[in-house]
Amino acid sequence: MKKKRLVTRTIILAVLALAVGYTLYANLNKESNKKIVIGKPAPDFVLVDMEGNKHRLSDYKGQGVFINFWATWCKPCEREMPYIENQYQQFKDQGVQVLAIDSSESELVVNKFVARHGLNFPVMIDRGEVQAAYGINPLPITFLVDKEGIVVKSHTGELDEDTVREFMEQIKP
Amino acid sequence: MNEVKCECGHVNPHGTILCESCGRVLEEKEKEKQLLDMRYEGSARRSQTYNKTIIDKVWNFFSSVKVGVWLIVITLVASSLGTIFPQEMYIPPLMPPGQYYEEQYGWLGKLYYELGFHNLYSSWWYLLLIASIGVSLVICSLDRVIPLHRALNKQRVSRHESYLKRQRLYSVSESALTDDAVGKIKQKLSAKRYKLREENGDILAEKNRFSRWGPYVNHVGLIIFLIGGMLRFVPGMYVDEILWLREGETKAIPGTDGQYYLKNNAFIFEVYDKEKDDEVFQDAINKVGTVVKNYQTDATLYKRAGEIVPGEKPELEEIRDQSIQVNKPLKVDGFALYQVDYKLNEMSKMSFNLENKETGEQFGGVTLDLYEPDMEYDLGNGYRVEVMSYFPDFEFNADGEPATKSRIPNNPAFIFKMFTPDKPEGEVSFVAIRQNIEPLGDNDYKMTFNGVETKNVTALTVRKDLTLWIIGLGGLIFMIGVIQGAYWNHRRLWIRKIDNQIWTAAHTNKNWHGLKRELEMVFADTGIKAPEDQLVEEKKD
Repeated sequence: MKKKRLVTRTIILAVLALAVGYTLYANLNKESNKKIVIGKPAPDFVLVDMEGNKHRLSDYKGQGVFINFWATWCKPCEREMPYIENQYQQFKDQGVQVLAIDSSESELVVNKFVARHGLNFPVMIDRGEVQAAYGINPLPITFLVDKEGIVVKSHTGELDEDTVREFMEQIKP
Repeated sequence: MNEVKCECGHVNPHGTILCESCGRVLEEKEKEKQLLDMRYEGSARRSQTYNKTIIDKVWNFFSSVKVGVWLIVITLVASSLGTIFPQEMYIPPLMPPGQYYEEQYGWLGKLYYELGFHNLYSSWWYLLLIASIGVSLVICSLDRVIPLHRALNKQRVSRHESYLKRQRLYSVSESALTDDAVGKIKQKLSAKRYKLREENGDILAEKNRFSRWGPYVNHVGLIIFLIGGMLRFVPGMYVDEILWLREGETKAIPGTDGQYYLKNNAFIFEVYDKEKDDEVFQDAINKVGTVVKNYQTDATLYKRAGEIVPGEKPELEEIRDQSIQVNKPLKVDGFALYQVDYKLNEMSKMSFNLENKETGEQFGGVTLDLYEPDMEYDLGNGYRVEVMSYFPDFEFNADGEPATKSRIPNNPAFIFKMFTPDKPEGEVSFVAIRQNIEPLGDNDYKMTFNGVETKNVTALTVRKDLTLWIIGLGGLIFMIGVIQGAYWNHRRLWIRKIDNQIWTAAHTNKNWHGLKRELEMVFADTGIKAPEDQLVEEKKD
């Protein structure tokens, strides 16, 4: 009698706990940067840079990729660009690639920006699809992808030069 | 050990207050009361009595109605907190949310953000509260409905004297129960749809027992409702996105993983016309000025072929053309696209002429696409215009330099360099709406404004909801439970012959007045007193 009661109660509580647990888990996964899960493969994308070269993320297997989403009208993005450029010069021969993805602006504006800041890493314009795949909301946002194509970090907001260096060090193969 | 044997021989579960079979009072405390507490038929809510293992303790916690009520109160308070400032999804996505809250609402806003109230309704603790209410609902119901069902099923016709005289409606008549009287009473009770049971000349009349299950049916509905809500978190069950689309633009429909694309061919905004439309609209038009007749997006739906890699130029197969109007969505593959918002006359192209300031002679024009302006425009004969800078949403920033607020061409401005045969090194001119500045000294030439082209923008809600029917079903069952419990009353009447007296007692779960009137009619002209309200008598004393 008593044993039966314990078993029934345990089963019912377990079912309820399972349902609640699943809901919380699903919700947390949705929340954490929406589309990007740290420790999971980065969504692949293909974009053409300002010089007409095609860049596919999955082609950079074996290298660390520093993905930066930005826009010319975004002040913090503009402030961190020189740091990224400096560190790119340091790390490009050590297997770290930088892909700077502009948020849906015109080529003219982006080209002028690239020329003004003397950027040498590939800069590309996304029309919204890659931003959707990465769940981009506020800019700037930076993702670090390691040589296996796994997202190891995401950072929302402005970076200083030390942080950029640290980040590149982290994904150096 | 755990069971209680009543004097009548029936074995009750531990914790029973009133014997399930004969109604004898089993709990000492209850014996002193004049009237019985008939809640749950005095059955044993088992949770109240066992308290051994962790499982039992958790069970007992959730079994308490008091806990349930507190959970609801706390949830209500928490829900209201989320409405103090806008939730994150409603703030403009121009800056990090923490910064936005602090700028807009000061230290309170900062605190609001730091406490996570900007995403309150999907925070883990809020979900946990809702889930606890669900758990409390299940356990409270189970803990009460099973003993109640058992008690009502096990009840005997002949209830013990101590039970009868402690009922609120109760009477004793000093007369014999003649067959004639019994016949009359039974006939009247049957006419009132009572179900009769007899044992040793005692009678139990009962009707509408199912009304007692109303609250539990109601809870089942609520739980189904909550399950429906929970399923929204399962990927693919629920999508609620927004798609802004300019005329002529083709974009992936959000939520479809890049499978479907939509092109906006035209956005149509129509108002009722005083001259053309029926007279019935005249009053309304006179009163408010403009009355909108139609919001419509003429769209083309495409499906993407081949492998889907975000960013790659998609290969699109046309599926169909359709006009989307309010309440007439475009439906595809479980998704529905509803007309929800619009923006009229967004600037899309701007034209300028190159002009000699002195003579007014013009040397050709340029038309700039505000989303994708060219770098250079060759006007021939040695006349050439280069776009040095473009500010789609122009402002002077804090340093007094021209800048852009966003990528949307709300207030376009350009810096042109004009090359002419007599000024081969070029002249610089800054041109914004109603502004023409020559930053590097006087020029001989200028760019004169020559018109603007506009486009409309439509906004569509992308909605997919596979949980709706579950939520609807839950709501329906909820209502059935409410009706079941509210419109019927569970009524019982006991008639017992004890020595030379006739004892009657009656019980209902609500509407005592109705029961009294019904019983007065049943007992009229039978020589037996109808049960009387002991509460009313007390008041008289």
